[in-house]
Amino acid sequence: MEIPYTIETRPDTGLYNAKLGIWLFLASEVMLFGGLFSAYVLLRVGAEPGMWPHGWLNVTLGTVNTLLLALSAITTLLAWAACKVRDFAKFKIFHACTILLALTFLGIKSYEYHDKLIHYEIKLNNGTFADGHLVEKSKDFDLANKTGTVTLHGRIVTDEKELMDLRASSAQSAKLDEVTVAATDIKSMGNYGPKHNTFTAIYFTLTGLHALHILGGTIVIFYFWAFGGAMWKTDPERFTNRIEVSGLFWHFVDLVWIFLFPVLYLT
Amino acid sequence: MPAPHAPDEHGHAEHHEPNFWQKYIFSTDHKVIGIQYGFMALCFMLFGFFLMLLMRWQIAHPGVPVPVFGSLLEKILGQPAAHGAISPDLYNSFGAMHGTIMVFLGVVPLAFAAFGNYVVPLMIGAPDMCFPRINMASFHAFFLGGVVMLVSFFIPGGAAQAGWTSYSPLATTIPTNGQAFWLVGMVLLITSSLLGAVNFIATIIQLRAPGMTWMRLPWFVWAQFVTAFILLLAFPPLEAAGVLQLMDNVAHTSFFLPTGLAVGGQLADRSGGGSPLLWQHLFWFLGHPEVYVLILPAMGIVIEVIANNTRKPIWGYKSLVYSVLFVGFLSFIVWAHHMYLTGMGQKIATFFQATTMMISVPSVIILTCMFLSLWGGSIRINTPMLFALGFLPMFGIGGLTGLPLGLAAADLYLHDTYYIIAHFHYVVAPGTIFALFAGVYFWFPKMTGRKMNEFWGRVHFWCSLAFMNIVFMPMFAQGIKGMLRRMSDGAVNYSAARVPGAIDALPGSVMQLNGVILWAAICLGIAQIPFIINLFWSINHGEKVGTNPWRATTLDWQTPTPPPHGNFVHAPHVVRGPYEYSAPGHAEDFTPQDEPESPFAPLTPNTDH
Amino acid sequence: MSESEKPVSLNSYIRLCGVVFLVVLCTTSAMIATSFSHIGEGWTLKVALILAIAVVNAFLVAGYLMHLLSEKKLIYTVLAFTVFFFIGLMGLTVWATNGFPTGTISH
Repeated sequence: MEIPYTIETRPDTGLYNAKLGIWLFLASEVMLFGGLFSAYVLLRVGAEPGMWPHGWLNVTLGTVNTLLLALSAITTLLAWAACKVRDFAKFKIFHACTILLALTFLGIKSYEYHDKLIHYEIKLNNGTFADGHLVEKSKDFDLANKTGTVTLHGRIVTDEKELMDLRASSAQSAKLDEVTVAATDIKSMGNYGPKHNTFTAIYFTLTGLHALHILGGTIVIFYFWAFGGAMWKTDPERFTNRIEVSGLFWHFVDLVWIFLFPVLYLT
Repeated sequence: MPAPHAPDEHGHAEHHEPNFWQKYIFSTDHKVIGIQYGFMALCFMLFGFFLMLLMRWQIAHPGVPVPVFGSLLEKILGQPAAHGAISPDLYNSFGAMHGTIMVFLGVVPLAFAAFGNYVVPLMIGAPDMCFPRINMASFHAFFLGGVVMLVSFFIPGGAAQAGWTSYSPLATTIPTNGQAFWLVGMVLLITSSLLGAVNFIATIIQLRAPGMTWMRLPWFVWAQFVTAFILLLAFPPLEAAGVLQLMDNVAHTSFFLPTGLAVGGQLADRSGGGSPLLWQHLFWFLGHPEVYVLILPAMGIVIEVIANNTRKPIWGYKSLVYSVLFVGFLSFIVWAHHMYLTGMGQKIATFFQATTMMISVPSVIILTCMFLSLWGGSIRINTPMLFALGFLPMFGIGGLTGLPLGLAAADLYLHDTYYIIAHFHYVVAPGTIFALFAGVYFWFPKMTGRKMNEFWGRVHFWCSLAFMNIVFMPMFAQGIKGMLRRMSDGAVNYSAARVPGAIDALPGSVMQLNGVILWAAICLGIAQIPFIINLFWSINHGEKVGTNPWRATTLDWQTPTPPPHGNFVHAPHVVRGPYEYSAPGHAEDFTPQDEPESPFAPLTPNTDH
Repeated sequence: MSESEKPVSLNSYIRLCGVVFLVVLCTTSAMIATSFSHIGEGWTLKVALILAIAVVNAFLVAGYLMHLLSEKKLIYTVLAFTVFFFIGLMGLTVWATNGFPTGTISH
């Protein structure tokens, strides 16, 4: 039993099945990320004035990631083009680059996440805030029993609003030092993980879901890269279509990042 | 051409006979998958029905141990069912799961996935769905989602309790992991539906047989096409919202939790800054189109059964097509009529009221075409036709009672009362489910080569019709009298008996109806027994019939019974519309879509193309 | 065959990609520059400008790398409906949560 139009295009639509299928799937993905972006807009517009963070993310790393993904989108297209001209060796080279670029992207993302998870905001009993990256916790540090000390590389501020806009000149010129806080002075302590505020929540969720899509796409592309030889030998046209379809998914994931980067990093 | 690693693809005649697992559990054949979906959906619906019976007992006799099943419940569930009585928390979880199971594990899989999978490829003349392996993955995701939902009953704290609508902050602050299970289950079910939607749309666009133009499609296919588009574009925002609520539950974020939230009298240890309304918008963005997912395939079945049993073409085919497209489109921009009481501004409420009123127009057009199709028909009464005819007034009542709800002013009073419950159950229960019964009786002979027993089919119909109405009609009265929904004590604490001096306390007449409804629900359950027995018994003992016992025109009836792998021996070539019944000048009162034009027959005008 | 008109050699694709990448470099720099500049009061104008540039970026990737510019009408139809519903979702939701009558909600 043969399903028609898996390789040749249907005359009235001009498409083969998988191409229509992937565009339909991408339409649903537009609605998925659209729902998340709508959540972002609502949360930001509804936030108290002055309480929405700016400049919390490293623009340099974000830019590098943007260019890595853009480059990977290009190598993806070229991998497909190589298949079209039946140059399997070049296909292998291009998609090897795609996979490496993707893994580098994920590596940088992991570093960024880690950076947030070791960045602490400590609310002190006297109403001030200690904020900075963790240097060390003393061996006997125990928040529940109020023992020990914790050392941050950061600063102490009187108003939480000062921690929000890191682009402001006051934040830019602030001196960062080693700040040691005793557990007895701590009212509450938390890192810049998802539950810190709605910005970190939507940041981790949006970029996390995006990263899962990158991972999924990388796995699929790796599968074709590593095990595609057999189908290439028997049915190169069908294999080319698979590379095109997976490439379209990859380009979509890049498209999402094209909006994620400015929205989260630059505004 | 075989795919490289595909032991489950039956591509060649000399292929080995698939084993049990390949044939029944991991099949990629759309007919097997359709039956898998259908069987599981019917099981889930029965389970959901049972949950409802327990709830109706609690409403009619608050705090009284459930007879017969009480001790069993206590044994299985422990404390929440202490002494065999249904505690308020348990009632709430039954309510939430009844809705979730009926909608997402019952009606949608049966109406869309089961009937769609089995019938659509046959009706369009295709050998299978576009992506058979994705089809199989769809079913398994659905199955997993169902397992997760059922397992949630047994975890500490029990199943989800915040309604099938899972509103925050309640859904996040309830001390049970059941809500997280619900969300994970929903993500699996949504994934299943999304994959299915891609498959349906691609199949209908790409795999129509030669000659099967868009305006020659049976309207059932149009209905499934629009349903698939609704699922494709409306489900993802709920999936997004589900992820966000899961983050709230598990990672302690505050997407939907406002600043200053207090739980149990204490300020919650949350960052706040979130918006409960955001959840409602994202949920109802799916929630409203979802109801069209529930009704459109059912309408499709009714059209097919009516055309077949009136022996004449459907009245207004073009109107039906444009109406269903318009309904699908509009369904995306009416959702906030579920949120009139959230304090929206007047302008936006008016916008949604206007679109909601507009969407009733194509719905009425569809119902009118169904009624007009009966006029002048040579009506044949059999069980499928009885259910299809029963659908008409039942959907009429359900639809018309929805009109006051679409008007913001009236909805302010009726929202969250039993009027709402009556309205939507009328559309789905004696509405959609009757149509689905019609579909089962109608396509049973194509799947098995035997008809279901006609006498017991009629018993099933008449009893179901009577008891459905006795169950749901009184609820309109209760709702108008002010009885609110989701009350685990059956509103007894608002009754005149309990609070004699209170203004607008519920009168005894309203409270007594709870007892009537309970008995009617039990009888409704008993009325399903003949159907269940009939279904299984007829597989091997039903009246044997040929390949086209209903003498139908559509391509699904022009195959062998049951259709073999690949469905058609030769790819059909379609030369006429789907409802060429009683065409003048033909010897038979029906002409199949792919029957070649005889050079000797007089030319008959093709009215629909 | 899945495209009606396509460059026949790998080199012409490489050239196309080079141009696209250069433009992406420029647009990304423009966005960053805008973000750190002092245009307008507050963030509103900056956000609008940055998003406009992002749309240009997206147009390039979608149009050329996904060859959407040479895609079939059916795909355009599907995407047109998708974009309409996405705008409806975002727009109506934001309108609804901002349209509260005065005095009913503290913001």
